[in-house]
Amino acid sequence: MSDAKPPAGSMLRHALRIAWKDLRIEVRSKEIFATMAFFGALLAVIDSFAFPRDLAAVRGAAPGMLWVALAFTGTIALGRAFDRERENDTMRALLLAPVPRLAVFLGKAAAMAVLVLAVAAIVAPLLAVFLGAPLFEYPLQLALTVVLGAIGIAVIGSVFAATLLKVRSRDVLLPVILYPLLIPLFVAGTKSTAALVAAQPNLEAAAYWTQFLGIYDAAFLVLSLWTFESLVIE
Amino acid sequence: MKNKLVPILCALAAIGFVVSIYEVFFVAPLEWEIDQSGHLNGSSLFFNQKIFYFHVAHAFVLFTAVFIAGVSSAVYLKTRAARYDDIASAAVDVAVAFGAVVLATGSIWAKAAWDVWWNWEPRLTMSLLLWLILVGYVLVRRFAGPSADRVAAGMAIFGMVGVPFIYAMVGQDSHPASGGNGVVATLQPAMRPAMWIAVATFHLWFAALVITRIQSTRAERELRELRERGLDLGVLS
Repeated sequence: MSDAKPPAGSMLRHALRIAWKDLRIEVRSKEIFATMAFFGALLAVIDSFAFPRDLAAVRGAAPGMLWVALAFTGTIALGRAFDRERENDTMRALLLAPVPRLAVFLGKAAAMAVLVLAVAAIVAPLLAVFLGAPLFEYPLQLALTVVLGAIGIAVIGSVFAATLLKVRSRDVLLPVILYPLLIPLFVAGTKSTAALVAAQPNLEAAAYWTQFLGIYDAAFLVLSLWTFESLVIE
Repeated sequence: MKNKLVPILCALAAIGFVVSIYEVFFVAPLEWEIDQSGHLNGSSLFFNQKIFYFHVAHAFVLFTAVFIAGVSSAVYLKTRAARYDDIASAAVDVAVAFGAVVLATGSIWAKAAWDVWWNWEPRLTMSLLLWLILVGYVLVRRFAGPSADRVAAGMAIFGMVGVPFIYAMVGQDSHPASGGNGVVATLQPAMRPAMWIAVATFHLWFAALVITRIQSTRAERELRELRERGLDLGVLS
């Protein structure tokens, strides 16, 4: 691969093409989405039995349930999505492809973010239905929070899932690496959601935590772009 | 000079330890306050506050270690020179032990001050979150096989960049009931020398341990290489 810097436009185009490739595989097989959505739905059912169902308790607990579900399904989806690239050693092919490696990273991360969001779109309504959680009183703010959270999970997750590709115990190590690093993201996401779901919604607090997520995503996106190549190449 | 470094650091730390014990128990005042009505403030810690000096010193070392590991991991990724990886790994190994001390002493402090073993006081929370990253790093190093160095380096770098976010997050999240804000800021001036001497002492001790750890890692590697050479030459079986 040449070191010449390609124009940014073509990089984004390559990234979109790689993301589109991943999503098309997923649309055809539905493997990750179907299993993740089912797993997320099961979590919502288990939560409904594990926690009290009165509205006051639900207002406090529902944000946590949503973000725990995103954390769990996100890590499993990441592991599986990158396993696909391992099976026929296609990750090597991707890295050798005549496109910038950053485009490979951006494409994989974008596809992952879409998958995490798709699972969130299943789990959040289920929590609202099963527990009567008032999650959708501020749908736009909630959507923004979840989108930023999904981007953060997908970006950091893709870096480490790709780095762990050849490691035998990658399935256990991925959460060991991701959860400590993602704690600020989960806390910010939960706080923002909680501020929207509370009996007296606090839009100011929600905006603060949403901004926090935005800055967090931006910082780690830059860091991921900067380190991806040296982390993935042996 | 090089192989005298560890004994020198240890000697300095030993002196510092004696001085800081003296400062903590004989110079620094007892912690207690009289409130406005002239009564003794119920939250006074008296002798219990003495644990603060070693607690804070270890917490400082925890931060130093996260920073050292992050920077040397970044240099390692750039240069791929094993010695930077050794530095990061040694710093984290030792810092995990220091972090355990922070959490244990912090828990004792919480029991004395607020009568609970854990109360999510912001600084203690932050120490816990940093410590979790370091423990994750150690697990990665141990179980990630041949790619362990790269994965762990990534974790150290991402962990270091995450520190300001953890700081901002914990600051906003502080529990109002803990009353634990501004421990350092409100420290009586007479308590400060003891604290800074303890901080310096434990940094010296940390440096001595890290250097020893690096040396042992290097010795291990040399031994392995020698053994391989011996096997190749048929001298060893």
